[in-house]
Amino acid sequence: MPATAIAEAGPAPAATPPATPASFGTLTLRWYRLNQGRLRATAIGIASLIAFLLVWHLLTTYRVVFFVRFTNVPSPLAVYASFTTAIHDPKFLMHILLSCRRIFIGFSLAAIVGVPLGLIMGRFKLAHEVIFPVAEVLRPIPAIAWVPMAIMLWPTNEQSIVFITFLGSFFPILVNTLHGMSLVDPVLVRAAQCLGARERSIFREVYFPASLPHIFTGLTVGMGVAWVSLIAAEMISGQYGIGYFTWEAYSLVQYADIALGMIAIGVLGLGSSLLIRGMGQLVMPWRST
Amino acid sequence: MSEVLANTSKGHIEVRNFSLAYETIEGPVQAVTDTQIHVKPGEFVSIVGPSGCGKSTLLNAVAGFLKPTTGIVTVDGDRVNGPSAERGMVFQQYSLFPWKTVRENVEFGLKMRGMPRSQRERAARTLLGLAGLEAFEKHYPEKLSGGMKQRVGIVRALATGPKVLLLDEPFGALDAQTRVIMQQILTNMWQRLKISVLFVTHDIDEAIFLSDRVYCMTARPGSIKAEIPIPLERPRQQAMMMSSEFLALRRGLMSLIREESLKAMGGEINDMGMQGLNIELHGHSLADVI
Repeated sequence: MPATAIAEAGPAPAATPPATPASFGTLTLRWYRLNQGRLRATAIGIASLIAFLLVWHLLTTYRVVFFVRFTNVPSPLAVYASFTTAIHDPKFLMHILLSCRRIFIGFSLAAIVGVPLGLIMGRFKLAHEVIFPVAEVLRPIPAIAWVPMAIMLWPTNEQSIVFITFLGSFFPILVNTLHGMSLVDPVLVRAAQCLGARERSIFREVYFPASLPHIFTGLTVGMGVAWVSLIAAEMISGQYGIGYFTWEAYSLVQYADIALGMIAIGVLGLGSSLLIRGMGQLVMPWRST
Repeated sequence: MSEVLANTSKGHIEVRNFSLAYETIEGPVQAVTDTQIHVKPGEFVSIVGPSGCGKSTLLNAVAGFLKPTTGIVTVDGDRVNGPSAERGMVFQQYSLFPWKTVRENVEFGLKMRGMPRSQRERAARTLLGLAGLEAFEKHYPEKLSGGMKQRVGIVRALATGPKVLLLDEPFGALDAQTRVIMQQILTNMWQRLKISVLFVTHDIDEAIFLSDRVYCMTARPGSIKAEIPIPLERPRQQAMMMSSEFLALRRGLMSLIREESLKAMGGEINDMGMQGLNIELHGHSLADVI
């Protein structure tokens, strides 16, 4: 009996294009019906952002004092004005570029060290037994608390700031990688073994891809903490960087620049986590629907 | 058929004086005791038994995942020391690699063996074609139905041309209709490949329908209670499941397993008691009886 003849009944999951050619109108309607939820979310999201700006505008224009004081808080228009001057200011762009460079170096180092270390600790008991206690003791120490130590350890200011950024993202990456390793389905390991896979192949073909979703969780969290640590370090010991820019604006009584710095930090943080998410989808095509 | 599937009449499984105990805090717990089984080259043998009787334990020992406490497992005279591609395995939970496409899953064993990419792609396509899955080669397992997943599981296990195929309740998670189709597919592949099969199931019909011989195991600690040859002619058809010969075999196996299941459930529920309960319950609700 040919095997194809006994293929299962029922709808096959393969995508079959609709048989009847649809007109532009029906296509638009169908697209709308399929994406209704997403359109709605986008519309509400935009409305909510506009409402936020509006409330901010009203609170600052009328200098509301109600427990919190909006007397000196810059209005959205003032912030926009300082934004238009800032983007033509090479100094502002340099602050941003320097912060991005610190994030890139610190975070990349954390990923390059944290992921392999987590994989090795997850696979080899001895590595886990040796490294885990030290990691657990160091992990609760906030990266900012490392600032004085970092200044002592590293010859330049730049290096100590990168070190703080590294520390901030290192532990989330390590812990999540380790967690991913602990959740690898042992049956998949067995399946690989009875297909002839040896230790090295099992590591590459099973443990690593199985842990990838958790590794990317770690990278996303790590990226967030990297920014937190970077901004704090820049405010304390920097000479450049967007965190330093924000703090300097406060010292120089340029209130609009404070908000501008904050928004820039927010946008950069958002952008970098989107980048990580995009990388995740690229590396794990089986996860995207 | 491609060279991947070349298989001479090999695959003689011998399990002798086998026992396996787990260490626990209260001391060793005997899972399987004093067991001898064998599978001749090209034979299809099933193991049935009440749940928890150690049939999967026995299969895992043949696969090389568990070491016997006493006794020996050999395939073609070579002692089993660990898992190997010589013994293909199919799991109840499918255990396909979610990060690999259907074809990459099938290719896995060949890749491990160092076969060049183009060659193993061709081999995988041929095999997927045999299982009616060529249209799904680029899909990820998540997108497949249970029956399709298990077809990939079987094809993947066969791709390296193993001497024996071990299946651990492979169709246990499938619905009744799919199960029947899968049994046909497995039978087809087995007949083409002339491979030895050791099949663990708790489904008596399935065991009789597929096998040349059925081992029935006792309740824990498991051992072989009976060995039943299945003389039904091949190729087997669904209609045979209604034949008197089939039904007689079924009755025999049923009563063997029933005895053991009752034993497994504890001494206080004996067969007579159960029958009494059935009669009393007839036409009444449980509350009426109590």
